Amino acid sequence: MEQTPKLTVADVEYVANLARLSLTDEEKQSLTEELARILAYIEKLNQLDTAEIPPTSHVLSLSNVLREDKVAPSLRREVALENAPQAEAELFKVPKIIE
Amino acid sequence: MNYEPVIGLEIHAELLTVSKNFCACSANFGQEPNTSVCPVCLGLPGVLPVLNKKAVEYSLRTAVSLDCRIPSRSIFARKNYFYPDMPKDYQISQYEQPLAVCGHLKIMVGGRERDIAIERVHLEEDTGKLFHEIPGSSDSASWIDFNRAGIPLLEIVTEPELRSGKEAKLFMAKLRQILTYIGVCDGNMEEGSLRCDANVSLRRVGEQTLGTKTEVKNVNSFRFLQRALEYEIDRQRKVLEEGGRVVQETRLWDAAAGVTQPMRSKEEAHDYRYFPEPDLVPLVVEESWAAGIKAALPELPDQKRERFVERYQLPDYDAGILTSTRELADYFESCLQFYPQAKTVSNWILGELLRELKGSAAGVGACPVPPQNLAGLLRLIANGVISGKIGKAVFQEMYERGLSAETIIQKRGLTQITDTADLTIIVDRVIADNPEPAAAYRAGSERTFGFLVGQVMKASRGRANPKLTNQILRERLKQK
Ligand SMILES: [Zn+2]
Repeated sequence: MEQTPKLTVADVEYVANLARLSLTDEEKQSLTEELARILAYIEKLNQLDTAEIPPTSHVLSLSNVLREDKVAPSLRREVALENAPQAEAELFKVPKIIE
Repeated sequence: MNYEPVIGLEIHAELLTVSKNFCACSANFGQEPNTSVCPVCLGLPGVLPVLNKKAVEYSLRTAVSLDCRIPSRSIFARKNYFYPDMPKDYQISQYEQPLAVCGHLKIMVGGRERDIAIERVHLEEDTGKLFHEIPGSSDSASWIDFNRAGIPLLEIVTEPELRSGKEAKLFMAKLRQILTYIGVCDGNMEEGSLRCDANVSLRRVGEQTLGTKTEVKNVNSFRFLQRALEYEIDRQRKVLEEGGRVVQETRLWDAAAGVTQPMRSKEEAHDYRYFPEPDLVPLVVEESWAAGIKAALPELPDQKRERFVERYQLPDYDAGILTSTRELADYFESCLQFYPQAKTVSNWILGELLRELKGSAAGVGACPVPPQNLAGLLRLIANGVISGKIGKAVFQEMYERGLSAETIIQKRGLTQITDTADLTIIVDRVIADNPEPAAAYRAGSERTFGFLVGQVMKASRGRANPKLTNQILRERLKQK
């Protein structure tokens, strides 16, 4: 049953792009090998029969943690914008998104 | 070749809670930019979102109104994407196990009832608002106001069962009517509190598999929804008829040009990598909770319409308009408490009141003619104090000046002339002033009688009682 999942450099590039990581060629190579080993390890779980076990969506056995619909004070704007890399005219400022 | 359009809608409705979905920031519109933000909705590290109970109740209210099945358990998920409208770089949404599934909404299309299936209803959060230019800056940049980020947003997804732009428009209008009736969303498409994206594809008639679809966005009115879809259907048909292939893409409706155009931003293959939101525990909706919500539901538009037809013996047309908004229906029923002639009240609302409101039934809440004043006017007409014609002029003044009918009539001496002696004086003067028409009538011309009645009305400034006028005029004309 044991099978090493196939992982290519292209997969690593795809995942890196989704996470906005820029990797060198060497990093891509080594990460491809590392990730393949990690996936192979995780693959061991597939040996267990989980057909009857509901998927875990949360580690706590709690449900319905709710708050009343009440307003509390927000941050002052100066504080909210304080840590922004760029701010202008009371707004957060970011590199242009639409070409 | 005959093609059939296949349309599915994805609707987003901002819920009318006072605070945001996962934090206590105000969810009000129109605040100064970035003043309704906190560590939770700004996605600062180490914070814990806590779900708004009211947002859940509003979602459930919508779900039961749409006849959905509500699974006992639903979970939240992170939808991961990098776009600066969400400071967390993910949106809290629902993916597997949404709040509600398998709903229905009935619409009337050309006198035929269509039952449109709803795939799912789930609760998520709205994003911040982006600006691509601001006054006073020529920088190539984008700017963000996060006030809207985190406002509870309900997503409603239909099955691809709509078949034309018109059907899509009717569906949206009906959905909007329900959402505003149950008070969960203000339904304002222009301001974006109710939004609609449409997936459109064509397939040959009779075929079961779906064609390649495009997603049409940026539609901010019912009218534009219909027009955008009709344009897009036409565009795809031409592509297919010329032997081409439809490209799967997102297209934006350009209202000024009346066309859909491919979205110009760098769009990448979406891979949202949903996973269960570890910061939020599952939501469990016991049957009793859903049943309680259902029991407390206000009367829905279709039920109200049927009741109006049965209880008040109104034509379906009247009932449909009177129940178009809850406010108008309430206005009508309040009038009946003071003046219980349903059809008369309906006529005046459909005619005079809606004309003054310029067809916008939404404005009736702030209308300067409260129900008791309209009822008062109708009573004066029924009692013969004023004629129906003068009543219309009085109504207009009531609307403009916010006064009661009695006040206006007294001030302006508009009471109807019902005294035979008074009326005879006017009639005699009219006959004397119009010798030729009077002679023509006596010679058998019935047409000139109408003219003479008009003259009496004019001479009395419309105050002459019409029935009495006819009677006296005929008598006096006989007498030479
Ligand atoms: Zn907040």
